[in-house]
Amino acid sequence: MTKRYDAIIIGGGHNGLVTAAYLARAGKKVLVLEQRHVLGGAATTEEIYPGFKFTVFSYVVSLLRPEIIRDLELTKHGLTILPLESTVTPLPGGDYIYRGPDHWKTYRNIARFSQRDAEAYDEYSRMMYYMAKAVKYILEIIPPDPTSLKPGEIGGLLDMARHFLKLPEEQFYTLVKLMTMSSADFLEEWFETDPLIATMSASGIIGTFLGPRSPGTAYVLLHHYMGEIDGVFRAWGFAKGGTGGISNAIASAAQSLGAEIRTEARVAEVIVKNGKAAGVTLENGDEIYAKTVASSLDPNLTFLELLDEKHLPDELLDDVRKYKTRGSSGKVNLALDALPEFKSVPQGREVLRGAISFSPSVNYLERAYDDAKYGDFSRQPYIDMILPSMIDPEMAPPGKHVMSCFVQYAPYELREGTWDDKREAFGDAVINTLSEHIPNLKKLILHRQVLTPYDIEQQIGLSQGNIFQGELSLSQLFFLRPAPGYAKYRTPVRGYYQCGSAAHPGGGITGAPGRLAAFEILKDGLL
Amino acid sequence: MPIPTPFHSRQLPLVTSQEWREWSGYLAPITYGPSYEYEYYAIRNAAALIDVSPLFKYEISGSDATRLANRIFTRNIEELNIGQIGYTPWCDDHGKVIDDGTVWRLEENRYRVTAADPNLRWFQDVGYAMDVEVHDVSTQYAALALQGPQARNILMQLDQGAPLKSLPYYQLTYGETRRFPFTITRTGYTGDLGYELWVEAQHAECLWDQLMGIGQDYGLTPAGLAALDMARVEAGLLLIEVDYISANTALIDSQLSSPYELGLSWTVDLDGGEFIGKQALITEKRKGSDWTFVGLEFEWLELESIFKAVDLPPQVAGRANRDPIPIYKWGEQIGQVTSRVFSPIQKKYIGLGTVETGTAKLGEMVDVEVTVEYSRQRIRAKLVKPQFFSPKRKRAVLDD
Repeated sequence: MTKRYDAIIIGGGHNGLVTAAYLARAGKKVLVLEQRHVLGGAATTEEIYPGFKFTVFSYVVSLLRPEIIRDLELTKHGLTILPLESTVTPLPGGDYIYRGPDHWKTYRNIARFSQRDAEAYDEYSRMMYYMAKAVKYILEIIPPDPTSLKPGEIGGLLDMARHFLKLPEEQFYTLVKLMTMSSADFLEEWFETDPLIATMSASGIIGTFLGPRSPGTAYVLLHHYMGEIDGVFRAWGFAKGGTGGISNAIASAAQSLGAEIRTEARVAEVIVKNGKAAGVTLENGDEIYAKTVASSLDPNLTFLELLDEKHLPDELLDDVRKYKTRGSSGKVNLALDALPEFKSVPQGREVLRGAISFSPSVNYLERAYDDAKYGDFSRQPYIDMILPSMIDPEMAPPGKHVMSCFVQYAPYELREGTWDDKREAFGDAVINTLSEHIPNLKKLILHRQVLTPYDIEQQIGLSQGNIFQGELSLSQLFFLRPAPGYAKYRTPVRGYYQCGSAAHPGGGITGAPGRLAAFEILKDGLL
Repeated sequence: MPIPTPFHSRQLPLVTSQEWREWSGYLAPITYGPSYEYEYYAIRNAAALIDVSPLFKYEISGSDATRLANRIFTRNIEELNIGQIGYTPWCDDHGKVIDDGTVWRLEENRYRVTAADPNLRWFQDVGYAMDVEVHDVSTQYAALALQGPQARNILMQLDQGAPLKSLPYYQLTYGETRRFPFTITRTGYTGDLGYELWVEAQHAECLWDQLMGIGQDYGLTPAGLAALDMARVEAGLLLIEVDYISANTALIDSQLSSPYELGLSWTVDLDGGEFIGKQALITEKRKGSDWTFVGLEFEWLELESIFKAVDLPPQVAGRANRDPIPIYKWGEQIGQVTSRVFSPIQKKYIGLGTVETGTAKLGEMVDVEVTVEYSRQRIRAKLVKPQFFSPKRKRAVLDD
């Protein structure tokens, strides 16, 4: 007997699961289809080496919306977000810069390099608070269509205009600078310590195929400040059990609300009948019917792979083809026999349970980008490292450790050769870079997992390995995400929706697109 | 002037925050490092080591020990098996709570009692003319609470022989290292998996060193009273002089509370022994209690909106806040929130409090006072069962 659902969600990533949970909470019959054997998409934890849990792809969580935690009672389903609030940058020559939760300790650490910077740091944080507050408004609304003359849309635009015109003049100008400048240029207006500028600007390049001196990256800096303005909520955290812990909690919540979840069920095609989505065909040929279908995949897959082109207007096809999903990063995960000893970082839990950023200078980062611009991986890459087992002891056996290294840059398309030939060389470049700071690292490695943008695409389906399902550049945000006219989670096919990171407000483990999409789906009342 | 506990020499170099407070005349760390939150998360995520030596400890022994215990405590002590522990309040003749603590049945006629306040005189007076001895052993034993999901794993390394996997919640057992014996109780003030270790004070430092050594691989973190207070509010555990006032210190009748009014009816066994206060509690049970102990969940969206009105993000107590705030219904004050905290793991603002019985039921909305930029405002809060966090691991027993 064929079962009929109210909604089928394609992709069991965290956003797809959030959509499913909210629809199920509204009493709808929901089915989630995930191609892999594990849920979570890019937010998965897997025991790649016996006893060692790798937070394989994504590794930190910045903006998981607290209302989702409350609405879905995720704590009861096992979610715990642990604070991750310090960053240390090891420097060549044995020194380091540390920033952490203790205000004066941070002040003194920066003052070792520049007292002016130590003072500027507070002012900068306050300014970023104002900026984040100004922009957060946008993230929380469903983008109005600037070309529409419908009263609702015009009202939305007017609200938005009023919001921005209310900003004090000085803040408005700073906001324009943030929207247009490069992260390094923007930060150099505030600070003079090169490694500090480099480390701070690094959050402007994560996940983009741009360097710290590329215009537009300052905006991404702002993205990471968004958590600050929730007051009691932290900007950065580590999910207990790795990012898979988040997906599992959401999945458990969705299931307890009645949603059905199937793994190893890859969708081949969305069934369209009379211009309306009617279900999906699985790769094994099974057809499953539903009143609505929502895809949490990226636009390339949502529109070009899963739908027949004939259902889409040419303009949209063109926009989707031009949508930038250039992968720029890879991941190296290590199982270690003991705690690594850092040459230039104070040993001890207080520092090692935070982020360790290999970003000694702006030029270092820009040079890393230079390699990638011309089709090579960075010989000396930017690395954002955490030691998950220092934060959550359950990630590795007692006394052993896991190391998660986010590595930039690694272009999806190589100038020469294929990633299958170069994967290990890429891994070696990372290990060699790290070994300069951790002399005993090579001896400690029990297992190494190297993931290139190609691997990310092959394993979890993110086109070109872009971690945000499309760059977070201004040209691809808000009413332009993923394409003009289609920023409200809908598609040209009635009853077919977008609910992943490629939809507003974008990537990262926020759950926000999934939640807003669920509200829009319910609003349409098709299910 | 507070004096050091037996663990002081080990704590001193670790309390980099320099935040101490007095606890029953002892010096106790509020936090060790810069962030109380790490210490709170150690309790919920890994393991925390908390010095609870300032607790008062008594030993009751002699052929009338059980008789005395049954006279003092509201629980039926006869029902405790040897090795079992009972949490219980004790009352005055009017059925008003003097203190609360744990009673351990060590032998047929030997008990250990923990208490928040001094109780020797009371216990001895109640035991007048009985064949019983009551001793204050508070300074004889040092105590460490080892709390958190990794607590068992750490303890199993300290003493590989102790039957920890099968030790149920609120039971005790004995452990030993090569150098000294100690007592293990599966108890705590965090609502999580955890144990408390009781050792002769002379071995205190050695126990600390061994645990910290083993604990390194399990994320063991010393935690201060700030983290403990957050955890106990989440667990819905009462704190004397905060959530209720002892019958020994109350100055007016309205400050007194019965066990029923503190949500402790489960600890009152009216069919058991002739405990002090029983008659009053029989009457109260028949007539009903004046007050009801409740949990409160503040409506987050309302909290956000009253702060948004002055262009601020919501600001709530990070550490547990003990300044009481009024609870209203239909504009009338019906009670007070006595402890409140932002629960970091649930992202909820929660509180423990008391309301006049019959004014509001669990699940109903009441109004609570919130101060925003010096202005007193009210938002809604839901009355809930006063226990916000109770993971399965707290009581779970593993197969050996």
